[in-house]
Amino acid sequence: MIPMSTLERTAYELMAKAAIEIPDDYLAGLRRCANTETGDLSAFVIQAMLENYEAAKQDRRAMCGDTGLPRWYVKIGNEAKMEGGPVALEAALRRATARATREVPLRPNRVHPLWRTDHDNNVGINAPEIEYAFHPDVDWIDLTTVHKGGLFGSDYRMLFPGDGIEGIKRFYLDTLIGFGKRGLACQPAIVGVGLGGSKDTSVVLGKQASCLRVVGSRNPDPKIAALEDEFKQLGNSIGMGAMGFIGTSMVIDCHIEVGYCRTGGMPMSVHMFCLSSRRATARIHPDGKVEFRTDPEWFTDYSRRSTVEWERPLVEAAE
Amino acid sequence: MAGSGLKTIHLKLPASTEDLCKLEIGSVAYLTGRVFTAREAVYKHAIEDGAGMPASRAELGLANFHCSPAASVNPDGSHIVGAVTATASFRFAKWLDDWFKISGCNIIIGKGGMTSEVYRNAFVPNNAIYLTTVGYGTGALLGRGIRRVARVYWLEELGLAQAIWVLEVENFGPFLVESDLNGNSLFERENAKIAPGLERLYEGTRPATLRRYGETDDKTDEVI
Ligand code: SF4
Repeated sequence: MIPMSTLERTAYELMAKAAIEIPDDYLAGLRRCANTETGDLSAFVIQAMLENYEAAKQDRRAMCGDTGLPRWYVKIGNEAKMEGGPVALEAALRRATARATREVPLRPNRVHPLWRTDHDNNVGINAPEIEYAFHPDVDWIDLTTVHKGGLFGSDYRMLFPGDGIEGIKRFYLDTLIGFGKRGLACQPAIVGVGLGGSKDTSVVLGKQASCLRVVGSRNPDPKIAALEDEFKQLGNSIGMGAMGFIGTSMVIDCHIEVGYCRTGGMPMSVHMFCLSSRRATARIHPDGKVEFRTDPEWFTDYSRRSTVEWERPLVEAAE
Repeated sequence: MAGSGLKTIHLKLPASTEDLCKLEIGSVAYLTGRVFTAREAVYKHAIEDGAGMPASRAELGLANFHCSPAASVNPDGSHIVGAVTATASFRFAKWLDDWFKISGCNIIIGKGGMTSEVYRNAFVPNNAIYLTTVGYGTGALLGRGIRRVARVYWLEELGLAQAIWVLEVENFGPFLVESDLNGNSLFERENAKIAPGLERLYEGTRPATLRRYGETDDKTDEVI
């Protein structure tokens, strides 16, 4: 049985970690940009960002004053048992969010869309978002928080099969250029592309692709992986760098996730995870042991399973 | 390192028109003195509700930061300011002419700047310039430049995020000079340099079958 107090304490720690410590994979990607960027202004911006991450860690303060919209991804092992059940878990995540807002502190960013009512704690109707996934054969729970910034850098469009890769490329470029100007998207970014699914799925997949996969990871489908490489390259040849200044640093990496869609359509979404690509994950075991990491490992062979039954890979089954 | 060749200026606040005159777009600026946060709710309250300014120019300073700090109020009434980061400024353009008149501000600090049209129509006549934050995620560096919170106005009326936070700052930055006293824009200069390459980039792509209202196919346009 996983104690709820451990879950709540871990959730709070994750909130602070996400806000303060830039994940290593993004940092390494940005350092590569710093080494190759030739645009003066863009290089200055990247250098300032690298100093900023150091300052955040040293001072234990949020790396960006806009601490984004804190949200949760929960992956529950099929054999996991938690004290109080999922309702208690949701309450714990909401409490941890509110406490972190006050104590880290995070910026209270959540208001009612019409009345602009502000609880000053990032909690409200349907907030924070909590998404769930499950994993076979294990007894742990993975908690991931993402503090996604930015009013800009995301878009959705209904394309059709006839639009083809050429149409996908155009919409990708449109989004990067439109939101890249003046650096509205706070690039260089991890760009996520969601292809297919129903409309809402395509948006969810794109967001997860940008926020929950680490820089350097590739889609297991080799043809999609090749597209990811091509799109990264394409984004970096726009001529635009950080803040929309001349340069080559637009895309730290590009991740594509797909879902089966209607025969007649090809919905597509694009998301940009900004210079404050904040995510933190912890695995909580039944004996109370907690392991922190920055790779959410959200997408797995299981989550991407493509047919009716899930067949365990042979290696795992042999164990 | 590329980028270290940029010109750097340290400005004392409040800045005089002569000080601002020396600023060139694309220079790096650090500020020492007093700045205050104000964004949509403040503009609405001060201008549309007719509340005016909550304090004198000497108390607030003349540098308006488009920002809400990651801050909270301690039980004893003191404040913690963690990190500060600007919010996108273009959406505040409509209030600026009136705002300059009632606030006397001559520096606007924010994210992403405004269009050169707004600079010409609202900034230039009021001898004001625009400084953009860098990144824009340099909140922790900016947080280091804040010496103390001098005072918070309209906390109850507008909430933590929208209230006016008057900040005493020292070597607060970095910022980039986005507009000068003649209304030139650094972003627009850079956009114009990038524009010629766009046509080639789009070769081999295809416009979507299903169009959208109001869509432009001119990639040199901006979305703001
Ligand atoms: S988009 Fe990201 S880096 Fe930019 S201001 Fe928002 S949180 Fe900060």
